[in-house]
Amino acid sequence: MIPNGLTSSVINRASVGDGYVRVRDGGLGTAVAQFLYDEAALLDEWRLDEWLALFHPQAAQYLIPSPEDLSDDPATTLHLVNDAMTTLAGRIGRLKSKHAHAESPRSRTRRQISNVRVWQGPDDLLSRSVFDVTRVRGGVVDRYVGVYEHQLLPGGNEDTPWLIGRRRVLIDHSIESAGGQVSILL
Amino acid sequence: MTVMHQLEPLTGTPTDWVVEDIPAGTFRVNRNALIDEAVFRDEMRSIFDRCWLYVGHESEIPKPGDFRARDVGNRPLIFWHSDDGVKRVFYNSCRHRGALVCRVPQGNTRSMSCFYHAWTYGSTGALHGLPGEEGYGPTFDRACMGLLSPAKVDSYRGFVFACVDPGAVDLRTYLAGAADYIDLVADQAEAQEIVPGAHEYSADANWKLFVENGFDGYHLLPLHITYFEYLEKVEGRRPNVSSLDEAIDLGNGHAAVRTRGPWARPVARWTPALGEQNRERVEAAYAELVRKYGPERADLIGRVDRIGVIFPNLIILDIMGVVVRQITPTSAGHTKITQWSLATAGEGADMRARRLGNFITFQGPGGFATPDDLEALEACQAGYRTGVGVPWSDISRGMHREHSGQSCSFSDELQMRAFWRQWQKLMRA
Repeated sequence: MIPNGLTSSVINRASVGDGYVRVRDGGLGTAVAQFLYDEAALLDEWRLDEWLALFHPQAAQYLIPSPEDLSDDPATTLHLVNDAMTTLAGRIGRLKSKHAHAESPRSRTRRQISNVRVWQGPDDLLSRSVFDVTRVRGGVVDRYVGVYEHQLLPGGNEDTPWLIGRRRVLIDHSIESAGGQVSILL
Repeated sequence: MTVMHQLEPLTGTPTDWVVEDIPAGTFRVNRNALIDEAVFRDEMRSIFDRCWLYVGHESEIPKPGDFRARDVGNRPLIFWHSDDGVKRVFYNSCRHRGALVCRVPQGNTRSMSCFYHAWTYGSTGALHGLPGEEGYGPTFDRACMGLLSPAKVDSYRGFVFACVDPGAVDLRTYLAGAADYIDLVADQAEAQEIVPGAHEYSADANWKLFVENGFDGYHLLPLHITYFEYLEKVEGRRPNVSSLDEAIDLGNGHAAVRTRGPWARPVARWTPALGEQNRERVEAAYAELVRKYGPERADLIGRVDRIGVIFPNLIILDIMGVVVRQITPTSAGHTKITQWSLATAGEGADMRARRLGNFITFQGPGGFATPDDLEALEACQAGYRTGVGVPWSDISRGMHREHSGQSCSFSDELQMRAFWRQWQKLMRA
C-alpha cells in the first residue's frame, strides 16, 4: 500500500460558497441534470465543436486538478489541465487532428452522471455530480471516477439553456490507475 | 519469397546488447534490454543500487518537521526535515516488522508512529518509544533501532540525492559535468521552490525509453506537430529556427541537449504568452543575470533551452519552465513518472500562474504533448513483441559527426549513446 494522498476536503465541503442556496425545486434540478446528460452525450459522440459551443466565450475554464492535490487554485498549484477558451479551442483542434496520436484512433467513452445537486447563486447556478467515465481503446478498458463541478451561466438558448463557465473535474484516483494519462476530454 | 537479411537471434548477455561499430557508423541496442524481466532485475542491482538517485528538492521541506514520502527507484523513503535542522532521508520501513511508517504523502510532524505495534520514531530517526519495552531482554539496544538511512545522502544546489551503495563516489564526483548543468538551472534566480502539486502518470513501456524520449530532439516536430500548430496560432508567428543546437556528453552517463525553442521562458525570454504586464519583469530579470554573470553566461542561463538527464532516472527539463522529472521503473514493461514544477521563489502571482499554464499546456498527462509521447513509447514496447524478427534498435544518428570531432545537434542521438554506454558499463561491472 503506497500512500496516495487523495484529499477529499474540497469534495466534502458542505456548502459551495457564500450566497449560494441549494436548489430543492425538482424542475430546475431535472433541467440541470438533463443538460449534463446532453453535454456528456456530445463528448461520447465526439461532437467536440458542439461541446465547445456550450462554453461561455469569456468565462470558460476547464480545470483538472492533480488528483494528488485537489486544490481549487490553478494559479498556485500544479494542475493537469487549466484551459481558458483559447486553450480549450486549441485542445479540441488538436483532438480533431489525426496527429493527436494518443487519440488517433480515438477512444470510445461512456459517461455516467448521477447524484446531481444544484445551488442557485446571485448570477449563476452551480452543480455537483458524480461521474464514472469508461474509456475503451485498443482493447483496454480504463475508468475515471470523480466529481464534476459545473458553473452554469445565463445566455443559452432553447436547446441549451445555459452556458458553461467554470467546469472542474475532480478525479478520485491517481492517473496511473486509469491508463496513465488523460488524452480524452473528461 | 526471398529472405533479404539474415535474422540475428536474441542471444548473449546484457553486456553484448549495446553494440557500437564506429567504422560502420552504427550504434545498436538489442531490444531484449527493453523487454526482459531478468535484465530489469539486473538493472535494479547493477544500476539503481549503485547510482545516486534524486529524492527531492530542499524547498519541499522548508520547516522542521516537514516531510514527504517518496518512492525512489521503487524503494519507499521518507524525506524529513529533522528537529535539529538537518534534512534527512530514511527508509520508510519499521525496524520491527517492516510496515510503512509514513503512510501519507506529506505533512509536518516531530514524530511518526508505526500503526502496527506503535513503535515511535523522532524526526532524527531515533526510536523514541515502543509499548512494553520491558518485554525485551537486557541486550535490546533502543539506540540501534532507529529508522535506517541509505548509505549516502547529499545535496547539490538544493537537489537532494541518496545512494544505497556505501562504496559509491561522492555526489559531486558522481555528477561530473551535470553539476554545471544544475548550476545553469539554479543560477536563474536567488531562490527556487517546487510548486505545490505534482504530475503522476505512467505507461506500459520500459524506463529507458522514457530517458531517451526526455531529451530526444529528433521527435519534437514530427510527434508534437499539434502543439507547434497551436503555438503558432496563439503566438501569431511561426516558431523561430534555432541558431543554437547541440548535444553534450556530461560524463558518467549524464548528457544534455541545448537549443532555443519557440516558447516563452519565465527566465528570461518574453513572448506574448507571458503577458504584456510581465514583459518588464522578465527583461529586468535578464538584465540582472547579465550584471551577475556577464552576457555570455546570462544568455546560457536565461535564454537557452536545455534538457539534461542525470543518470539513471532524473530528467531536468529547463524549457518553458523547469520540470523536475523522476522515472521509476516498476517492471521491464511498466514505468511510473512523477514530475514537479521548479519555479523562481517570489516571482509574483500572475507570473506564477502563467508559468504553470505554459508548463501544463505542453507537459503532463493532460497536456498537448505528453499523451502522444506515452503513445509512442507504448507503441515501441508493443513493437518489441516482434522479438527475433527485428532484434535491434538503431541509435546511430549523428555518429559520423560525433566521431569526426564535429559538434552534434540536439536532434542527433549523442545524448542517448552517452546514456547507453554508461548503462552497459554498469551492467558489465
